[in-house]
Amino acid sequence: MSIFSLTVIASLLISSIRSATPLVLAALGGIFSERSGVVNIALEGIMLIGAFTAVMISYSSGSAWLGVLAAMAAGVAIAWLHGVVSIKYRADQVVSGTAINILAVGLTEFLLAKFFGQAGQTPNVTPATLPTWLPLHGFTQQVTAFAWIAAVLVVLTHVVLFHTPLGLRIRAVGEHPRAADTVGINVFHMRYLGVLLSGALAGLGGAALSVGLLNSFTDNMTAGRGFIALAAVIFGKWSPFGALAASLLFGFADALQTQAQIIGLKVPSEFLLMSPYILTMLALAGVVGRSTPPAASGTPYEKGER
Amino acid sequence: MSDRKAKRLFTGSIPLPTFEGFLVPILAVVAALLVGVLFILWVGKDPILAYKALWRVTFGSTRNTLETLVDTVPLIFTGLSVALAFRCGLFNIGGEGQYLVGSLAAAVAGYALPGLPAVVHIPLVLLAGFAAGGLWAALPGWLKARFGIHEVINTIMMNYISLYFVHWLVIAHLKDPTNLSQRTPKILESAVLPNLLQNTRFHLGFFVALLVALGVYFLLWRTIAGYEIRAVGLAPAAAEYGGISVARNIILAMVLSGGLAGLAGAVQVAGISLAYYDGAGFVGYGFNGIAVALLGRNHPAGVLVGALLFGALGRGGVRGMQAIADVPKSMIGVVQAAIIFFIAAEGLFRVLVPRLRQRRQASRGPGPAGGTGGEGAPHSGTATEGGAGR
Repeated sequence: MSIFSLTVIASLLISSIRSATPLVLAALGGIFSERSGVVNIALEGIMLIGAFTAVMISYSSGSAWLGVLAAMAAGVAIAWLHGVVSIKYRADQVVSGTAINILAVGLTEFLLAKFFGQAGQTPNVTPATLPTWLPLHGFTQQVTAFAWIAAVLVVLTHVVLFHTPLGLRIRAVGEHPRAADTVGINVFHMRYLGVLLSGALAGLGGAALSVGLLNSFTDNMTAGRGFIALAAVIFGKWSPFGALAASLLFGFADALQTQAQIIGLKVPSEFLLMSPYILTMLALAGVVGRSTPPAASGTPYEKGER
Repeated sequence: MSDRKAKRLFTGSIPLPTFEGFLVPILAVVAALLVGVLFILWVGKDPILAYKALWRVTFGSTRNTLETLVDTVPLIFTGLSVALAFRCGLFNIGGEGQYLVGSLAAAVAGYALPGLPAVVHIPLVLLAGFAAGGLWAALPGWLKARFGIHEVINTIMMNYISLYFVHWLVIAHLKDPTNLSQRTPKILESAVLPNLLQNTRFHLGFFVALLVALGVYFLLWRTIAGYEIRAVGLAPAAAEYGGISVARNIILAMVLSGGLAGLAGAVQVAGISLAYYDGAGFVGYGFNGIAVALLGRNHPAGVLVGALLFGALGRGGVRGMQAIADVPKSMIGVVQAAIIFFIAAEGLFRVLVPRLRQRRQASRGPGPAGGTGGEGAPHSGTATEGGAGR
């Protein structure tokens, strides 16, 4: 079959959007966090906890959308931990993020054993879908409702970050916290807000995976997607539309990888799988358009420090 | 550079044996084990029984103790790897990837070089692992030194690149055709780290690890190269002014750090697995190495203790907690994460322990506000401040 066949193009497009959806959601979270000055390499762990919570609550309540809300709440709770450790106690943000990633793997495995009495995988749940009377229902079923949610949130994030006073404050504490502090912006509050939003969005990204694209939780099911989302943040130059484009590109690479055989593509799938990471390194090095992080991202803020 | 820092640098004193240096890690471990108690109670099991089981399978007998030491070996290397980078103000989070490339390189050196005596072959295998890990880490080191790009992102990216790259190498080129499982051919007899005690896995690699720990200590505190690495870690601008090349030392520290992580892989291949087995993901030694370095205050002696603890927790979780006390082994992951949290947020203990609070106030100076508590902990922008980039 040729790569130019219409059905192949359509199926590539749909699987690109499917792969990109959890990435966009988590990447938007990463943008909020990093723009406020807190590096969040914990996206991976938060997604994993979101994915588990969504399935657990869907299973026990029978409502997948309630599971989605719970996933966001769980994401906020874990992000709060990251916030307390790295904002209040000024711990190294990368250390704290690493701890969350280790915690997420252990905690979800533990809770899986505790609540479902089995190891490895949860029973199946009904995934979160939109009502059938909505337009574009067939397409929505294929790309999942989360693709629409992600699209709306991209626009919303852009508006909030670049066209509201709140967004200006978030960006200010990420670029120059001292200056922001002197004009009366509460650096700590803004950073907590950024981190908590990242928790909600990464949790949502995890839910998009477990009760959107799939219908159960398996151990460590995020499998590096949180780090690809982090790559999308960087490759997209810390902007929502940039992250969307990066996620779609990475999603496309993933789609090519899964359908390489059908298309007759000769590139080993491993090289497609590693392409997001290589592209991100190239972007950081300035080979593919220079990416420069928010100036104060990664630095704990201490009042009264010279 | 503050007086305190200058003193630390010039006297070459070991920063470990202070009240503060010991207390925070110990409190962190105790607090994390208490978190473990809560989780054990939550699944309705007896925490005393569970911890007794953990002790029994880790240190309960000579044989178990030796097996625990074997599990400690890779963590000593990855802990040293992270600690050495920390000392230069760098955060090498790429241990997982460096471990993988080191393992594969060691396996290839182990099976592809027939006819060598063991005294030549074993060092060659270890060197192959060290070189592969070091080269893998050289790129993020160079990118940091040359362009000031933070090494954290690049080392994370390279973890995943190595995961897929190594996987591809094994299935496409290096797979043992005579075997069904996804692994390289077995290494030759002459490449195997000799087993020292029958009926255990206790092999020479343990003493290699001790020797390397001693070597890292000697390098950092007894040589000019080590002095330069630490100087760059403590105050890059001052180091540059004093004639020390920040860029050169950043690359050197990353290569050594990556080499140590690669060595971890090499020792596991030459001592335990005897081939490179292609797994689905990371082994975890790299990430746990971060915790080990934090626990050990980035000092080789501390790393040995931290590695012993994490090695014991890993072994005790599976063979003790799960097998004997019926507590999910994943509980150990929670305890390990809690240890990192408690050390990272050492401010928490400052609130609880008045003496630490006083010390904190006394030491508050114009130094970096790196909160990890480790001496020479990284803080962002060290390289650019040192004039290496931009």
